Amino acid sequence: MSSIGTGYDLSASTFSPDGRVFQVEYAMKAVENSSTAIGIRCKDGVVFGVEKLILSKLYEQGSNKRIFNVDRHVGMAVAGLLADARSLSEVAREEASNFRSNYGHNIPLKYLSERVAMYVHAYTLYSAVRPFGCSFILGSYDQDDGPQLYMVDPSGISFGYWGCAIGKAKQAAKTEIEKLQMKDMTCRELVKEVAKIIYIVHDEVKDKAFELELSWVGEVTNGKHELVPKDIRVEAEKYAKVSLNFKTDSTTDQGGFPMPCKQG
Amino acid sequence: MCLQESLSNVSLYLMCLYLHFTHRYYVSSKTINKLIQVHDRIFCCIAGSLADAQAVTKAAKFQISFHSIQMESPPLVKAAASVLKELCYNNKEELQAGFITAGWDRKKGPQVYTVALGGMLLSQPFTIGGSGSTYIYGYADAKYKPDMSREECLQFATNALALAMGRDNVSGGVAHLVVITEEGVEHVVIPGDKLPKFHDE
Repeated sequence: MSSIGTGYDLSASTFSPDGRVFQVEYAMKAVENSSTAIGIRCKDGVVFGVEKLILSKLYEQGSNKRIFNVDRHVGMAVAGLLADARSLSEVAREEASNFRSNYGHNIPLKYLSERVAMYVHAYTLYSAVRPFGCSFILGSYDQDDGPQLYMVDPSGISFGYWGCAIGKAKQAAKTEIEKLQMKDMTCRELVKEVAKIIYIVHDEVKDKAFELELSWVGEVTNGKHELVPKDIRVEAEKYAKVSLNFKTDSTTDQGGFPMPCKQG
Repeated sequence: MCLQESLSNVSLYLMCLYLHFTHRYYVSSKTINKLIQVHDRIFCCIAGSLADAQAVTKAAKFQISFHSIQMESPPLVKAAASVLKELCYNNKEELQAGFITAGWDRKKGPQVYTVALGGMLLSQPFTIGGSGSTYIYGYADAKYKPDMSREECLQFATNALALAMGRDNVSGGVAHLVVITEEGVEHVVIPGDKLPKFHDE
């Protein structure tokens, strides 16, 4: 699975003969070990969904957050080493705050993601530090620019997306996201779909219990990033579970029994 | 020393400035430029110590230009005014300069901001400043109305300047107006003897 660097992977300041920086690739592997987080942008907002694996029955519900508030209008969902992610959320918060202090208005998300990506990239240049072992998805909503979604990975690049997934089931999640027509959906419709995707990609066999963390920012919240209210979250989870049962029923084979039909 | 006036309007914004610089009772220049362009559609009227004002606008022009390139879009008038405000506020002990920042941006259209001596930032539909402004507060308050046309705006500004120049002994010389719209920037220069005449003898 993983190729051994044989000496070229000891520090981030070394290239391998085939042009790879192994330390950065290993950092991305760290992200792939973490549970999935997805972010989807619709026509009037952005919705985040995170699959939070419950490793112990003693965990307090709602603690160990994976979605952070970076500014009033900006949210951040993370995957990978959580301590690295928390430190980066502080960096993002300072950037947003300094921008507002200097320029008097909300930071545009493209600029914020570029600034934080630049910071992440700086840690891939030297042997004295290790790269950040986390990817994160930034989302915001602004009256004039509309909803925006950006993803930053440990190599320090940032791209804008309509939908993206990070973590162990990112491939499966991406496939599900591609099926959606998100440009025509509203936040309320999208919340249910995001919950459904998390339930679909969750592996019941390997990871037992999980808690779904949902957040959104858009017209529905008046531009403020916040956790989805409990009643809407419960409704979304119900929709997700029903869709999942329907899906599993349709895939099991009922055998060759003729179905009785009414004629009248 | 000088009178400045800025008006915000539906589709255009107008700045006008009085060009006169005095050192005590000696008139150093009747034609200096007190309307500094800090970006394509953003201008600054300067007042106070002109040396300080010129230094601050030079620094602000650089910061705004860099900010605009990083943002990949023209700067907001509010952002430009905030940059000036930060410079004024953080260096308030050393500086003695006030500004009227005004211009046009895609988000909010024409806007006017005052940056006072200590670094206060305030957005207003129109504002006046400088030594000559004290004589025309009444006139400006009475004659201003929102949503004026370009010609009405120009007339209002020219009249106000003429009245102030007539009464303030340290104001005079040439009136310099700038009309800023989405399409572009237009300079209007009116020498003192061509200004409208009033009954202020």
